[in-house]
Amino acid sequence: MTNDDLTIADPKMKAEGVNVFYGEKQAINDVSIDVGTDLVTAFIGPSGCGKSTFLRSLNRMNDTVASARVTGRIELDGEDIYAPSMDVVQLRARVGMVFQKPNPFPKSIYDNVAYGPRIHGLAPSKADLDVIVERALVRAGLWDEVKDRLGESGTALSGGQQQRLCIARAIAVDPEVILMDEPCSALDPIATAKIEELIHELRGKYAIVIVTHNMQQAARVSQRTAFFHLGTLVEYGKTTDIFTNPRQERTKDYITGRYG
Amino acid sequence: MTFNAAALLLLIAGLALIGWLAGRARSKLLAGRAGAKLHSRPQYHGWYVALWLFAPAAIFLAVWSSVSPALITNQVLASEAAQNLPSFGFERGAILSDARSVAQGKQADVRLPAAAPLVKPYADATRHYAWIGIAAMLALALAGGLYAFTRIKPDFRARSRVEKIVMAVLLLASLVAILTTFGIVLSLLFESIRFFRLVSPAELLFGTNWAPQSGAPQPDTFGGIPLFWGTVLIGAIIAMIVAIPIGMMTAVYLTQYAAPTVRKWVKPCLEILAGVPTVVYGYFAALTVAPALREFAVMIGIPNASTESALAAGIVMGVMIIPFVSSMADDSINAVPQAMRDGSLALGATPNETIRQVLIPAALPGVMGGILLAVSRAIGETMIVVMAAGLSANMTANPFASVTTVTAQIVKLLTGDQEFDSAKTLAAFALGLVLFIVTLLLNIAALRIVKKYREAYE
Amino acid sequence: MNRDTTPTDWKAAAMQKRIAGRYAAERRFKLMGLGAVLLSGAFLAFLLFVMVGNGARGFIYTHVAVPIDFKSTPLTVDTARLDDADADQLIANAGLADIVDFAADEALGDGGAELISENAWKEVRSAIKADPELLNGSSVFELPAASEVDIMAKEGTRGELGARVDALEKDGKLSTGIHWPFFKNADATDPAVAGIWGALKGSVLTIFIAFLIAFPTGVLAALYLEEYAPKNRWTDLIEVSINNLAAVPSIIFGLLALAVFINWFGLCQASPLVGGLTLALMTMPVIVIASRNAIKAVPPSIRDAALGVGASPVQVVFHHVLPLALPGILTGTIIGMARALGETAPLLLVGMRAFIGDVPGGICSPSTVLPMQIFLWSDEVDRGFVEKTSAAIIVLLIVLLSMNAFAIYLRNKFEKRW
Repeated sequence: MTNDDLTIADPKMKAEGVNVFYGEKQAINDVSIDVGTDLVTAFIGPSGCGKSTFLRSLNRMNDTVASARVTGRIELDGEDIYAPSMDVVQLRARVGMVFQKPNPFPKSIYDNVAYGPRIHGLAPSKADLDVIVERALVRAGLWDEVKDRLGESGTALSGGQQQRLCIARAIAVDPEVILMDEPCSALDPIATAKIEELIHELRGKYAIVIVTHNMQQAARVSQRTAFFHLGTLVEYGKTTDIFTNPRQERTKDYITGRYG
Repeated sequence: MTFNAAALLLLIAGLALIGWLAGRARSKLLAGRAGAKLHSRPQYHGWYVALWLFAPAAIFLAVWSSVSPALITNQVLASEAAQNLPSFGFERGAILSDARSVAQGKQADVRLPAAAPLVKPYADATRHYAWIGIAAMLALALAGGLYAFTRIKPDFRARSRVEKIVMAVLLLASLVAILTTFGIVLSLLFESIRFFRLVSPAELLFGTNWAPQSGAPQPDTFGGIPLFWGTVLIGAIIAMIVAIPIGMMTAVYLTQYAAPTVRKWVKPCLEILAGVPTVVYGYFAALTVAPALREFAVMIGIPNASTESALAAGIVMGVMIIPFVSSMADDSINAVPQAMRDGSLALGATPNETIRQVLIPAALPGVMGGILLAVSRAIGETMIVVMAAGLSANMTANPFASVTTVTAQIVKLLTGDQEFDSAKTLAAFALGLVLFIVTLLLNIAALRIVKKYREAYE
Repeated sequence: MNRDTTPTDWKAAAMQKRIAGRYAAERRFKLMGLGAVLLSGAFLAFLLFVMVGNGARGFIYTHVAVPIDFKSTPLTVDTARLDDADADQLIANAGLADIVDFAADEALGDGGAELISENAWKEVRSAIKADPELLNGSSVFELPAASEVDIMAKEGTRGELGARVDALEKDGKLSTGIHWPFFKNADATDPAVAGIWGALKGSVLTIFIAFLIAFPTGVLAALYLEEYAPKNRWTDLIEVSINNLAAVPSIIFGLLALAVFINWFGLCQASPLVGGLTLALMTMPVIVIASRNAIKAVPPSIRDAALGVGASPVQVVFHHVLPLALPGILTGTIIGMARALGETAPLLLVGMRAFIGDVPGGICSPSTVLPMQIFLWSDEVDRGFVEKTSAAIIVLLIVLLSMNAFAIYLRNKFEKRW
C-alpha cells in the first residue's frame, strides 16, 4: 500500500499496522494510513467493512466498548495516542467527532455549543464563551438561523440543523482533527448538500476524516479516499484516481456497483 | 346438612365434565348419522354444553354463599329463642357465632350458656337454606346443560359460541380492576361522608389538634395537620434524604462504572433488599435503629429524645426505598440514547462530567417520575411507622421526637375495640380517602411524566 | 493550517493542573458511587446479621432434667382412653400439672416449679400419650425451662433467679436442644410453647386463596388487554385503573376489605378467606402487569403463523401465545405472591391482629399470618419473645427468598431471546 506521490510529508495522524478486536472477533486487520493536515479523507466501503470501527479508534472512542482491543500504532502529531502517557480527555478534545445520527444534548443551543469549552475551561469569562459559541456557530453555518433563539432546546431544531449544531459543538473546543461518521446518512438531500458545503469550508482549518457509504459524496468532498473491505484497507489514494482509475479489482467492482 | 360451597363446586364441575363428554359424543353421533361435516370440532360442542352447565350454577353458588349467612342469621333472629339476646355489641356477636359453630358441627358443645337455645334454630335455618340453595343450583345446572345439549347440530357454530363466552370471561376478568378501583373510591367516600357529617372536612384538613376521643366527637380533636406533617417529615423528607442520593449513586455506579460481574451480584442483593417485608424493616427500626439514635441524641445533648423517633422510621424507610429509586433511575439512565453519552465523551468529557451534565439532565424527567412514585410509596407505608414512629401527634421539626402518620393513625383507629359507627372508626376512612387521593395524584403525575419521557426517546 | 485562532496549548501548566483536577473529581465521583453500593449492601448485611444473631437462639431452648416418679405420685387415668379425641382434657383433669410441679419442687428444691415453664406438663402429656408405659415407672423428663431461666442460661446473664440457675448449671441439669414447639404450635402467651405453625398455616391458606383468585383473573385480564382489547375509552380506563392499583398503598386495600368483605358481605372476620381476598385484589394488578410484559415478549410472527394456518384468535392465544408466555407470567406471579406473603398492613384492618392460640382449621376459622405473628410478638413485653420474633423473621425471610430464587430460576431457565 505504498505509493510515492501519496506520501504526506507531515501527516496529522498516522496509523501503522492497526488491528481492532471485539472480543475474539477481529474487526480491523493490519491497516496503515496517513491523514493529511489540510485534506479531507474519505473512508468508503460496504457496510460492516470496518470503516466506522477504524474511525472510532482514531479518537479512542472504542475504549467505551468493554470488549474492544486495539493493537498497532496510531499517532497524532507523532505522539502515540494509545501510549499510557496520552490523556484520552485531551486526545478527544484535539480529535473531535460527529456522529451518524445528530445527537444534540437536551440543552439549549447555546449550552450545547458551550458544553465543550466549559468542561475544558477554554473560556475564562462569559464574554469569551459568547465569542467562542458565536464563532463555532458561524463556522458551522448555523449562526444566522439560530442567533435569535440561542436559548431554545437543541433538540427542537431540524435534522440538518441538529447535525450542524453537532459540528459547531465539535468545533467549539478547537480541535485539530474532525472525524465524521456518516454525518449525512440520517439527513435529506438539501441538508446533506449544506453539510457538504460546510465540509468544503472547514477544509484547511481542520484535518477532516469522513466515513460515508455514498460514493458520490466521497467524490465530491474528499481529496483522499480509502476503500475498506472486510476489515482490511484495500486501496488508498487520491480521490480522483480511486474513482477514475482504481488499481485493485475489488475497488473497481465496488465503485462500479458490483456489490456494496 | 350445611352448605359446603367447595363440595358443591366440585359437584357441578363433575356434572360439567359429564356434559362435556355428552356434548362431544352427541355432536359426533349427529355428524356420523347425517353424514354432514361438523362446523366445529366435537370438543367445542362439549365445551359449549359444559360451560352452559357450569357457569350459571357457579355464579349462583358464589352469590348464594355470600348471601345465605345473612339470610340464616335473619331467620334465627326472627325466631323466638333469639328475642332475649343482648341487643348490641360484642357479646351478642359472640353468642351468635358460638351457636353457629355448634350448629355447623365445628365444635361439640356451646361455650356460652346463652347460645344453647339458639343452636336448634341455627341448625334448622342452615338446613332450610342449604336445601333451597342446592336445589336451585342443580336446577340451573341441568337447565343450562339441557338447553345447550338440544342446540347441538352438525352445522351449529359451537366454536364461535364458546369463543364468545371465553371473550366475555376475559373481559370480566379485566373489569375486576375497575371494580376494585370503584370499590375503593365508593367505600372510602361512603364512610368519609358519614364522618364529615359529624366533623367538618375543614377541621380534618386544617385543624392542628389530633386527639380523637371515644363516643360523640369533641370539638377540635380531629385536626389532621400533625398527621400530615408527620407523614411528610418521615416519608417525603427523611426517607428521601436517605433514598435519593444513595439510590441515584447506586444506579449511576451500576450503569456506568461497574463491571458486569459486579452488576450480576449487586442487582440480586438490591432485589433482596426490596423483597424484605416491611414488618421486618419495622422491627429492625424499633429494635436496633431507634435505640441507637436515641443514645446518639442524648449524647449530643438533645432534650426529650424519644425511643420512637421520626428519624429511625424515616431512615429505615429510606433504606427500604433505595432499591426502588435505584431501579427507576437505572431504567431512566438506560433509556437515554447511547449517542448522547458518546457525543459527550467524544468532546473529551470525563465519565463523571458526562453523567452529571448530560445523562442525568437527560434522564431527569424519568428520575423525577420515579421519585414521585417513591414518595407515594413512602407516605403509604404502614408497618415501619406503626412500629417505629410512635402514635403521639406532635407538630415538631425535631427528627428525634416521636411523630405519627396518617397510616399509623388509621391502624390505631381501627384496631381498638370500637363500634363500627363511631367517629373514630369513620375518621380512619376519611384519612384513608385523603391518603388515597394524594397517592393517586402522585401516581398519575409520575406515570404521565415517565410516559412522556419514554416517548421522547423512542 | 489556516486557522484564525491560536490553538489551545494543552501542555500548559494551568491546563495540566486543570485536567488533573478533573481526573480527581472523576475518582471522587466513582468512589461515591461505590460507596452508595457498599452502603446498601452493608445495610442488608447488618439487617441480616442482627436478625440471625438474635433469631438463631429462638430455634433452641433450655431444658431442665426433672425425674417424675409416677409410682409415688400416680396419675389416675384410664390408659385405654388415651387415643380418644378428648384425651388431652382427660389428662389435664387428672391433675398432671400438679404432679409435674411437685416433681420439680422435689428435684430442684423449694420453688423448683418456678424454674420450669408453666406449660411444661403439656410436654409430659404428649410423652404419655405416645407411650402410656411411662405411667408405670419413674423416668427423667427434659422439660422446657421457664422463659427467664432460658434467657439466663442462653445469654449468660443473671437475674432474680440467677443463683438457682447457677446451681442447675453446676448440677448439669440444664441442656439445650431444638425447640420443637416453635415449629409445631400456634401462638401462646408463654415463650416456652409459643410457635409459628399456626401463623405459617394461616399464611399458606391465605396465600392459597389469594393465588386462586388473583392468578386466573390477572392472567385472563392481561390476555384480554394485550390481545383483544379494542383501543377505546373503556380500555384506557382499565389500564389506568390497573396501573394505579399497583401503586395504591396496601393499607387502602385493608380499608376496602373492611368496608366491603366484612361489613357489607359479612364474611368471616380474621379468616384466611378475607385475608386472601384482600391480598388477591392487591396482587392482581402486579400479576396483570407482569403477564402483559410476558405476552408482549412473544413475537408477533408466532401469532401470524398460527392465524395463517386458520386458527381462530382464541385458539392462537390459548394454544400458542399463552404457553410461550407462561414462564414469564409465573415468574411475575411468584414475585407478586412473595410480596403478598410479606404483607401485614391490610391484614391488620381485617382483624388478623387478634391473638390466635389455635392452629387454623379452615379458610373461615380465625387465624393470623407469619408477618402478623412477627408484629404481634414484637410488641410482647416478655423478653423471651425477642428471639422468637427474630426467629420467625428468619423463617419468613427463608420462605420469601426461596420463592424469589425459584422465580429467578424460572426466568433464567425459560428466558428466550426471540
